[in-house]
Amino acid sequence: MSAQALHTARTLSDHLPVLIIIIPFLAAPLTVLIGSRRLAWPIAFGAALSSFVISVLLLLRVLDSGVISYAIGGWLPPIGIEYRIDAANAFVLLLVSAIGTIVLPYTIQSIKSEIPERHHTLFYTMYLLCFTGLLGVVVTGDAFNVFVFLEVSSLSTYVLVAMGAQTDKRALTAAYDYLVMGTTGATFFVIGIGFIYAATGTLNMADIALYIQVHGTNRTLETAFAFIMVGMGLKAAVYPLHLWLPNAYTYAPSAVTSFIAGTATKVAIYVLLRFMFTIFQPDFLFEMHAVRWVMMPLAILAMFAASLIAVFQSDFKRMLAYSSIAQIGYILLGIGLLSTTGLTAAIVHLFNHGITKAALFMGVGALVLRSGSSFYAKIEGMGKVMPFTSFAIVIAGLSLIGVPGTAGFISKWVLVQAAIEQGYWPLALAIVGSSLLAIIYVWRVIETLYMKQPADGWVKQEAPLTMLVPLWIMAGATVWFGIDTELTMTAARTAADGLLHGFMAGGQ
Amino acid sequence: MPEIEYILGHLNYWLFTVLMMTGLYIVVAKGNLIKKIVGLNLFQSAVFMFYISLGKITGGTAPIFPLDMRIDPATVYTNPLPHVLILTGIVVGIATTSLGLALIVRIREEYNTIEEDEILGIEKELVAQENRTLGDAMGGRA
Amino acid sequence: MHHHLILRVVTKILVAPIILFALYVQFHGDFSPGGGFQAGVLMAVAFILYGIVFGLETVQAVMPAWLAHKMMAAGVMIYAGTGVVSLLLGYNFLDYGSFSPHHPSHGQHWGIFSVEFGVLITVTGVMVSIYYAFAARRPAISNEEW
Repeated sequence: MSAQALHTARTLSDHLPVLIIIIPFLAAPLTVLIGSRRLAWPIAFGAALSSFVISVLLLLRVLDSGVISYAIGGWLPPIGIEYRIDAANAFVLLLVSAIGTIVLPYTIQSIKSEIPERHHTLFYTMYLLCFTGLLGVVVTGDAFNVFVFLEVSSLSTYVLVAMGAQTDKRALTAAYDYLVMGTTGATFFVIGIGFIYAATGTLNMADIALYIQVHGTNRTLETAFAFIMVGMGLKAAVYPLHLWLPNAYTYAPSAVTSFIAGTATKVAIYVLLRFMFTIFQPDFLFEMHAVRWVMMPLAILAMFAASLIAVFQSDFKRMLAYSSIAQIGYILLGIGLLSTTGLTAAIVHLFNHGITKAALFMGVGALVLRSGSSFYAKIEGMGKVMPFTSFAIVIAGLSLIGVPGTAGFISKWVLVQAAIEQGYWPLALAIVGSSLLAIIYVWRVIETLYMKQPADGWVKQEAPLTMLVPLWIMAGATVWFGIDTELTMTAARTAADGLLHGFMAGGQ
Repeated sequence: MPEIEYILGHLNYWLFTVLMMTGLYIVVAKGNLIKKIVGLNLFQSAVFMFYISLGKITGGTAPIFPLDMRIDPATVYTNPLPHVLILTGIVVGIATTSLGLALIVRIREEYNTIEEDEILGIEKELVAQENRTLGDAMGGRA
Repeated sequence: MHHHLILRVVTKILVAPIILFALYVQFHGDFSPGGGFQAGVLMAVAFILYGIVFGLETVQAVMPAWLAHKMMAAGVMIYAGTGVVSLLLGYNFLDYGSFSPHHPSHGQHWGIFSVEFGVLITVTGVMVSIYYAFAARRPAISNEEW
């Protein structure tokens, strides 16, 4: 049997694609098995850190020598499950593992005040499972495997969101709503996979792509495409399907929000990208229409409607949640342009927005630790009480607007370029216009933090170092990637090229 | 009549569609949180049945090798792959259901109700209270 | 539930056969319908049935809640550990062939056995834990009222 041909000795570096999943996946039950509150964090951090190192190695290797394929169980694809890594995966892996690792030190102090102590061990178990699931979605090259990992990450996310119930009982209903909508989305996705399987008889992504290239499309595949778009759209909080997001982000514990805001929706968008460009190639006419007449208008609507709602919020955390929906609009707009530059912009923005939002939510968490609430009325004048935290928030806020010198500027710049390249002047204006709204809502925060007087009897009281250092690493990263665009732009351009022209080319 | 043949020939798809829409309708229309979970379950089960019916091959038998490993090439086997996938799907479904029910138990302990409109009322009250004490919310929740 | 004599007697008789049947399903899983998932649920049913009839304290004397929790984690460790062992032996993750390089189909046998054992433990643990989690909540109406 040719599928058994892989019985050869292999070195450790060949196993990197699976190790990135296995280490956190083994660490998760280990925390339960040991059951010690003190050991849970070191285990989690060790696992996340090794995943991060592996993701860096993988990215370097992919940029250097092309697609990596790994056959689980020695069963060669398309029969077995394949882990397949090209530049797009590797880049998203880097984002997820980096945010997952950097948020972990932050959790120590943050969850002490927000989650009951008896849940601390399980918090890290869930965190690791979520981390594993997100990485798994990205790394796998098997369509059904995507669903499995997606549900691993989603189920643990629901639990993590519900852990905010100590501070506010609305976390429970937020988690419940998220559960119902997330499961509906995932089930839609499974229906789509079912149709694909019915039409092509395979679940391996590269194999499906090959089938569609050779045999063309038919109505079953179009239905599959529609189901997958809606399902993943729910998970990615694409504008009219975003209703779970504001409550989930607002009432989840701060550490959880900073982790999932930077990763969960981004991974869902990655799946969208993978299905749109690798599996159903863009010259698939139906998809062109879907992208141009459904996705783009919704993206623009998201950019304005969600930004406008964000402007009128009185809660910092909720404002950021709405701004996330708007930023997802930018990413979709980049995808909708269907050009290499547009796709590059989408992927860069996925990364840059991930780190920006993670930094901002960490900042909010630090404020909440001292003030007890993220309402503007409660954090007035915190610029004086917590100067370092506030300054990091300002830097990340500038990146959210897209001020030159920050990461947010790079991605918006590329996006504007992509729009102009195709002669869509109004789109470029829309991007700038929506950024103006971002200025307003970020300005409201700066005004609250710096231009108001803190509550009576304030003393200068910074956040603890375990929170401040991760926050500043993230805020620093937004500046770093705003000036040194070498890594992000190269990776994103390679990824976009790979997505648009030939996933099939490299490999094996 | 080709139409009737068409309808009967795709009977599994019709049934699966009806079941699926029933489930989805319950999720959307019912206010009781437990009923929503029931609807979600129905919705998922419909998809599982769809997968299982995909694996059916007319005249096919269970895809198990005989103990003496003498395989008759004329035997037609059903496709086991969708079944295996659905085994995973069912496990995910169980996890989702139990997590949903656990959340409902906690919601009932905190809100003292599992009716959606009552919960929304309580939450609206909470938001109004926050707005009174913590200043202006020009937008509210959307 | 002291008055349900028949229930109590039947349960006592049934628990052992249920566990036996679970083991049957488990060990026949590699060449007939069955396997860890089904066996795990059957195994859990034995404990849950016992718990429903004789009360939570009685069943938790046999299977304490902490044990069920550790079982969930241990099963996953066994499953993933099997993969890691094959990885350390120089093969791909979960390549069961590695357990018996000269006769891969024997290796398959060992591999699937160990993986299914992990699944059995996890599923039993999960099912029992779910039951405990719901049953341990204070009921809204007491036992006497209905």
